[in-house]
Amino acid sequence: MEHYVGLLVRSIFVENMALSLFLGMCTFLAVSKKVATSMGLGIAVIVVLGISVPVNQVIYTNILAPGALAWAGFPDADLSFLSFLTFIGVIAALVQILEMSLDKFFPALYNALGIFLPLITVNCAIFGGVAFAVQREYNVTESFVYGIGSGIGWALAIVLLAAVREKLKYADMPDGIRGLGSVFMIAGLMALGFQSFTGIAI
Amino acid sequence: MASNAKEMKKALFGPIIDSNPIALHVLGICSALAITTKLETALVMSLALTSVLAFSNLFISIIRNHIPSSVRIIIQMTIIASLVIVVDQILKAYSYEISKQLSVFVGLIITNCIVMGRAEAYAMKSPPMMSLLDGIGNGLGYSFILIVIGTIKELFGFGTILGFEILPLVTNGGWYQANGLLILPFSSFFLIGGMIWFIRTIRPEQVEPKD
Repeated sequence: MEHYVGLLVRSIFVENMALSLFLGMCTFLAVSKKVATSMGLGIAVIVVLGISVPVNQVIYTNILAPGALAWAGFPDADLSFLSFLTFIGVIAALVQILEMSLDKFFPALYNALGIFLPLITVNCAIFGGVAFAVQREYNVTESFVYGIGSGIGWALAIVLLAAVREKLKYADMPDGIRGLGSVFMIAGLMALGFQSFTGIAI
Repeated sequence: MASNAKEMKKALFGPIIDSNPIALHVLGICSALAITTKLETALVMSLALTSVLAFSNLFISIIRNHIPSSVRIIIQMTIIASLVIVVDQILKAYSYEISKQLSVFVGLIITNCIVMGRAEAYAMKSPPMMSLLDGIGNGLGYSFILIVIGTIKELFGFGTILGFEILPLVTNGGWYQANGLLILPFSSFFLIGGMIWFIRTIRPEQVEPKD
């Protein structure tokens, strides 16, 4: 149990998706104008990461990894070169299924999160989470915890950034740096803060 | 024909400063931030992304009239992912050390928004030749930012360029005290922010309106 709590804390703070590994940056910088929208997007990312990381991990270990097809009678097969294609296909399909089932069973939630779901397919935080979980050879429970944790970390970062940006609307900046330039600077300072978590042994 | 040549030139060189994918369109930032600590990795990443971008634009443009619009994202993804697999296998075969350093970032070219963004915004509507040029041009714009940042970080962070010593470090008996901040990955945020400021100062039409 302690091991999983450690993994969760590490994936939220020490290896924060957005601010330590710089994944999911495009959406992180582009969709962080308002706290409410960032919150919606953050929750959607947590859900998708929590599902897609363990699913892809299971697919990788049972079908794609070298020697994994032994149960089907192909002990020499090595399909790991297909992993990128499979991961992105699975992510796209999962997002699509999630979108349709939300629409059918939870219309209120769909109205709140629906517009963000297509954006998430191309969010590199999802793909990065999957790739890291496979590279580090997590088992199913570990990859579930890792997926949820890194989703929470990303959501935390985007909500914080949006809060800073909302305040910053009233700042009088030089023309060239207003907008995108200043967002980069803020994100840099936030990453500097998150840097202090590195080296914490859990 | 003259206007055609002019258009081609615009598609090829426009994205470097005038409509830079990173500085203006906020596309493809993840890899620009994370792998620019050394110039060498920045160069390899630029090369990989430019080739994927050029070919994905070309192939998508060739079959653009046969793609049903409801499944176009999946088709684009499949084409891009196949190209990235090729690049990844080539890197693993010929420069294994660098492919280890880039780790998951080669795979992340698939979800790099520049590739998807250009496929969706340009290649779906334009003839193959122009799309190829647009792909190369946007790749160059991305490479421009990556190379500038990689050079600054390696020169002032380690005192070297591509591994050759330019500024002799104090630790090796020289005079230059290395800037430790630039070795840390997040310093790219400040550098890219600064570059955006610089580009918008010389191109004031890119300045964002006040809201």
